[in-house]
Amino acid sequence: MENNFVVQFVQRHPFIVKPQWRQHLQMAALLIIGTLLMAACAPIAATPAAGGADDDAAETGAVVVYSGRSENLVGPILDKFSQETGIDVQVRYGGTAEMAATLLEEGTNSPADIFFAQDPGGLGAVDNAGLLAPLPESIANKVLSEFRSPNGAWVGVSGRARVVVYNTTALMPADLPNDIADFTDPQWAGRIGWAPTNASFQAMVTAMRAMWGEEQTRDWLLGIQANEPVVFEGNSPIVAAVGAGEIDAGFVNHYYLYRFLAEEGEGFPARNHFLNSGGPGSLVMVAGVGRLATGPNEANALKLIEYLVSTAAQQYFVTETSEYPVIEGVAIPENLPALAELNAAPIRLTELADLQGTTQLLIDTGVLP
Amino acid sequence: MLIFIASCQTEHFDEHSILSIGSERLKLSGLRSGYWSNQLPTWLLWAAGAAIAVALLLPLFYLIIRAAEAGPAAWQNLWRINTLATLLRTIGLAAAVTLLSGAIAAPLAWLTVRTDVPWRGLWAILAPLPLVFPSYVGAYLLVSLFGPRGLLQQLLEPIWGVERLPEIYGFPGALLTMTLLSYPYMFTSMRAALLRQDPALEEAARSLGDGGVRTFWRVSLPLLRPAIGAGGLLVALYTLRDFGAVAIMRYDTFTRAIYIQYRSFDRSQAALLALLLVGITLLFVWVEARMRLRGRYVQGDTGAVRPQPILHLGWWRWPAFCFCAAVALFSLILPALVLVYWLVRGLLVHETIPALGQAIGHSVLASGLAAIVITLAALPVAILVVRHAGRLSNLLERLTYSAFALPGIVIALALVFFGANHAPWLYQTLPLLILAYGVLFLPQALGVVRASLLQINPSLMEAARSLGKNRWRVLWDITLPLLRPGLWGSLSLIFLTAMKELPATLLLAPIGFSTLATAVWSAVSEAFFAAAAAPALLIVLLSSLPMLFEIIREKGHERNSRPL
Repeated sequence: MENNFVVQFVQRHPFIVKPQWRQHLQMAALLIIGTLLMAACAPIAATPAAGGADDDAAETGAVVVYSGRSENLVGPILDKFSQETGIDVQVRYGGTAEMAATLLEEGTNSPADIFFAQDPGGLGAVDNAGLLAPLPESIANKVLSEFRSPNGAWVGVSGRARVVVYNTTALMPADLPNDIADFTDPQWAGRIGWAPTNASFQAMVTAMRAMWGEEQTRDWLLGIQANEPVVFEGNSPIVAAVGAGEIDAGFVNHYYLYRFLAEEGEGFPARNHFLNSGGPGSLVMVAGVGRLATGPNEANALKLIEYLVSTAAQQYFVTETSEYPVIEGVAIPENLPALAELNAAPIRLTELADLQGTTQLLIDTGVLP
Repeated sequence: MLIFIASCQTEHFDEHSILSIGSERLKLSGLRSGYWSNQLPTWLLWAAGAAIAVALLLPLFYLIIRAAEAGPAAWQNLWRINTLATLLRTIGLAAAVTLLSGAIAAPLAWLTVRTDVPWRGLWAILAPLPLVFPSYVGAYLLVSLFGPRGLLQQLLEPIWGVERLPEIYGFPGALLTMTLLSYPYMFTSMRAALLRQDPALEEAARSLGDGGVRTFWRVSLPLLRPAIGAGGLLVALYTLRDFGAVAIMRYDTFTRAIYIQYRSFDRSQAALLALLLVGITLLFVWVEARMRLRGRYVQGDTGAVRPQPILHLGWWRWPAFCFCAAVALFSLILPALVLVYWLVRGLLVHETIPALGQAIGHSVLASGLAAIVITLAALPVAILVVRHAGRLSNLLERLTYSAFALPGIVIALALVFFGANHAPWLYQTLPLLILAYGVLFLPQALGVVRASLLQINPSLMEAARSLGKNRWRVLWDITLPLLRPGLWGSLSLIFLTAMKELPATLLLAPIGFSTLATAVWSAVSEAFFAAAAAPALLIVLLSSLPMLFEIIREKGHERNSRPL
């Protein structure tokens, strides 16, 4: 039987036992492609960080930035810095929380010089682990005192305000309350959207805990929950949903709206409502930078930070990303209310540090799983 | 041939009878009983297996290190009602997605392999492609299509005055999205199995008097079991792991709970939750292993492909055609059209589309390398699991899956931790990124390779050895050609999934190594939809290339083997 089987097999499938050139050719092609790929990857593998960030960094002085802000927003200004100073900047882009977690895992072995974060929470977490070096006063003092950390570990680079974005066909500005507390009113049932996993939203809840106390914040969260808010994953989808009329209003940061207006035109039926009661709903926060104590390029890193809080860079953030300047003497566009008119919540950014307490409260109230 | 007739004649047709007769024959053959030794030295296999196991253990070590730092409050949180409810919700979703995926994938695979459904080649190319959508993009696209005020509603409003569509958020939305994005796992593995299935088995059953339905239940379906199991497991674990789609569909799953802890920088709480997820994964793997039983699924005498008889559907071609078209429409064509719509709309208002040349090169390089390396790594593991079944190889297999259900961020941070602190020379280099892809995607490759290895009769290799070929020639001339559909399936699957991978790419790639996936992410996260659409469309196009090549090769093969 065994013999019979072999003979049958060979008869039926001569091409398998006696491979034809075609099969050889295909295998050879595979091998060649593989070798080429290996070869292509070799230079990158040999010198880490395409272009040689790690090893060459100390020699050429390239500044390594971990950015929690996206390339679309900060890439142009970092490029401009490189052009003007001749200092190479290498950026790793990611989410602020992910970048902060990476820095925490890397500890003292981090190749990064600068952490550019979307919110104070990420900077605070890295600072609490003792990874940030204090900035020289000459740089820190340029920034308005409410927009930097009191211990000088990091400075704000651009300001953003919490607002309520509303659908202009469903609501008039007069219909909207001027304090975030009033959204627990049953008239808002099913009409509002929020993003409880969003860092800026969580900062607002932290501000509530600081200003109102734990109990009142819990009541507010439960009150909003009772109104069955629509849950979103971030600010942009809220603005999109408000524009589409899916919801009437949502809690967001102020600058997202302007991107939609740019892409969809002025007819986009959503506008910002700035809550001017001075409560936690009127929070103004920052995106900011800190320098890693273990960063190999102190001098160039400080030059970059100094550049980011210079008038030129601040002007960029105001006009290109519709954010607020963190230094004095930079004009803001007409469609934004002046910072002074905002009646910003009287809270220091360091008071927003207890993110874990906020997460716990959000979980306890069933807002987060 | 005789063997299978014999086993079909036994009253209870099952794999055990094949096994017993098969091993009987092995004794007769007079060759060494460790028959794989005809090909690769066993020590080499185990050495490769051990190296892979070490890499796979890294995330677990990392999680244990972090979990050990957890305080009593973190342990308490683990046993809250909320946590358990989230756990049950997650398992429920995974089970439902797996069932629905099977219900879509099985008929689709069968129609494209065994029937004359119109345009079957096209469906075979299109069906695996929904995998290329990053899950959050897929969910976003489905919401913008079928959301309460989405494109569909805008289309319907002028006609019937529909002001709002019913909510798709929550369980139905999550189920729909995850199914449309992950059924290709089952489709590819079932298709590969069907292509290699020897029609002789069904013919035997038929010649012994079984009708079509009975043949299906007693022969065809049991033979597909490893493929269903492997594909189903991937679907279930993909659902467990997913973060983006469920978040957009507002369905709280366990992965979301883990991400929330990372966002508040509580790494030890996150690690505890992740370890619980590993536990669930192992449960799923165990269920799948039970499904496979201890059967052997080797082919009949030749183990080589004979052209499958094509079933003529007659009038039924048209319902079948509609089914294939509907799946392609909802899972691929409509989402892709939304991307085109975004792109055009953005171009009309002169939004800047970033230059993508470099990102294309990076994406192809990283995913191509990952596809080759991971498929090669899956080979020894698959051989050990199939041909050296035992406690150790079982353990290795389960280990492979242990990391698969973990969210990408956990794997990425584990490798950040080990890379930065213990292997700085490797940290943030392409090889480390490929390693991360390996930990993330090895089970996908393993599932496909194993399923096709299971169908190769080892006696073929014995025959070649007895004819005087050395073990490397046997590997080259016989095993690899027979394995080829599986290897290609694995290559294209890894190429697809690596191309859209995000968390590990962001954290571990060489600095400045932008890929198409990172370009999509960075644009979507800031609501630049036009800028997101261009790279997303490129991902879809590029990832379909290996699939296309495979189908063309398959067609050529069909033509070549017809005269035999």
